[in-house]
Amino acid sequence: MANILEVKHLSIDFKTYAGNVHAIRDVSFNLKKGETLAIVGESGSGKSVTVRSIMGLLAGNAHIKGGTIKYHDEDLLQKPEQEMNALRGSDIAMIFQDPMTSLDPTMPIGKQVAEPLLIHKTMNKEEAMKRAQSVLELVGIPNAKARMKDYPHQFSGGQRQRIVIAIAIVDYPQILIADEPTTALDVTVQAQIIDLMKELQRKIETSIIFITHDLGVVAGIADRVAVMYAGKIIEYGLVDEIFYEPKHPYTWGLLNSMPTLDTAGRLEAIPGTPPDLLDPPKGDAFAPRNPYALQIDVEQEPPFFQVSKTHFAATWLLHPDAPSVEPPAAVRAMMAKYQAAQVQAKVGTIDG
Amino acid sequence: MSKYLIKRIFYLVLTLFIVASVTFFMMKLMPGTPYTNQEKMSADQLRIMNEQYGLNKPLIQQYFIYLGGLLHGDFGTSFQFNNQPVLSLIMTRLGPSLQIGAQAMIVGSLLGILLGAVAAIRKNTWVDGVATFFSIVGISIPNFVLAVLLQFFLAFKLQLFPIALWDGWSSSILPTLALAVAPLANTARFMRTEMVDVLNSDYIELAKAKGNSKWQTVAKHALRNSMIPVVTIIGPMAVNLMTGSLVVENIFSIPGIGEQFVKSIMTNDYPTIMGLTIFYSFLLTVIILVVDILYGIIDPRIRLSDSQGAH
Repeated sequence: MANILEVKHLSIDFKTYAGNVHAIRDVSFNLKKGETLAIVGESGSGKSVTVRSIMGLLAGNAHIKGGTIKYHDEDLLQKPEQEMNALRGSDIAMIFQDPMTSLDPTMPIGKQVAEPLLIHKTMNKEEAMKRAQSVLELVGIPNAKARMKDYPHQFSGGQRQRIVIAIAIVDYPQILIADEPTTALDVTVQAQIIDLMKELQRKIETSIIFITHDLGVVAGIADRVAVMYAGKIIEYGLVDEIFYEPKHPYTWGLLNSMPTLDTAGRLEAIPGTPPDLLDPPKGDAFAPRNPYALQIDVEQEPPFFQVSKTHFAATWLLHPDAPSVEPPAAVRAMMAKYQAAQVQAKVGTIDG
Repeated sequence: MSKYLIKRIFYLVLTLFIVASVTFFMMKLMPGTPYTNQEKMSADQLRIMNEQYGLNKPLIQQYFIYLGGLLHGDFGTSFQFNNQPVLSLIMTRLGPSLQIGAQAMIVGSLLGILLGAVAAIRKNTWVDGVATFFSIVGISIPNFVLAVLLQFFLAFKLQLFPIALWDGWSSSILPTLALAVAPLANTARFMRTEMVDVLNSDYIELAKAKGNSKWQTVAKHALRNSMIPVVTIIGPMAVNLMTGSLVVENIFSIPGIGEQFVKSIMTNDYPTIMGLTIFYSFLLTVIILVVDILYGIIDPRIRLSDSQGAH
């Protein structure tokens, strides 16, 4: 499949009183047409900054040090503001994190949903209101026609998130960026929203970048996963490869701290805190928290090692000279379960 | 909405009744009588005068007679101003006061909103600095000082405007300016603070993500949301304007209602004092009611609709 978006060597600094925070450090990834790419990482790892740079919605103190973001053979980082306005909300749309604060409290929701269509002159006002209504129905707002004139405060949190999604998809964007769209919602509503996004993706044929810190959500929606840590991508691959053949100790840590049905006793956490990005460490940024760290991790940054055609991880453990180590027990259990399932599937196909 | 309005109007009448009653008794506690040349009048003349105006009756009886008159829309007759009925006295004097008050209100709040918005959009630039400086100056200078300065420089020195004369619209410009500066500065300060908050909010970012340009975002989403708290200060601002205009009216010799109020108190002109007090109270309560309704129009979250339960 063709790449619709290519991010290459993106580096972004934030100027603060304390100095320059190196929030994004040489990030490269691409998004294929029609796929869902999940970007996973803990708070402050640079996920949001990465996607905001695609939207051109970085804070005023952000400074793009280098890199390109190619969309239809054009570098979004070089585009003038006016051309970016034309792309935003039309070609590239974003679903925001907090449904309670993301809607204008003084504007009826029908008008808010129709707004992108009118800005981009996709259609006239009457058609736009009709489209808004059908999109509201699509995202599951009951009685959408009657509720077009209602204001955000008259809807529940889950409904508001559906409205925020409706705003993002109303102009049928090529790329849909979802910045933790389920974080502020109840678990039951989360599942509904994930299902809704999958269904919408099928209907309007869009590519999705899904940002989350919740690996459970990732398993349900993503085709590919990129794991970010301290402003870098440290491992990426197909969703099964990340869940069942993870190679980077940080990915192990993340999986290990995810509750599953098999979790017994205490839930493991990754000890320590992420490094200070005012002055990032020289070697692997995860080394100080990494129980498997080697001497070289502190001294030299690991390059990406290829695991499979689609799977890459930046850890010295994959170097041929590195000692072989076992991932944590919980991760091993997940991997074993998966392999058993794969064997079973193969047996199944042979039998069939 | 109509139910709410009826309730509010009932409260309005109740407020006016209380104001009228309290004013009536306090007014009677004031020293002196309505007769300026009392010492020249004989006891008989005084008795006849008191009888004619009903001032010889017990206080309570006078009070009920006055209330009875009010119910018929009769505000009594002025003792001082050519025996004119108080109501027509107010009406003839109302025009100029209302005109400069309303002009100052409109100019002040609109320019204030504009200034505050521009300062917020250009936060921490020289534009913001200049706007903040003028807000502080505007709040600090009393309007009568400004009135005198304006009159001296623009009317007397440069002769751009008429001096102390009420003749046509041009003579209302300087008093309007003098009165408008305080509300302007206040509105600008409120607007700036609120707009800075609003511009940092999630729904403004969403508005940008929809493809709105910076100015479209401000016009469609930021302005209205920033104006919600500004509406709250319009009520008190109107009160300040009305009470503050007394002195400014004097400086510019405007034949307004404020001047008359001061005179009526000096001369114990009971019916005029009562009439004007009730009139001022009426104006204030109506302004407050209008502000409350305006609030609901701007902010749907507090809209007072009966239809809310329909969904």
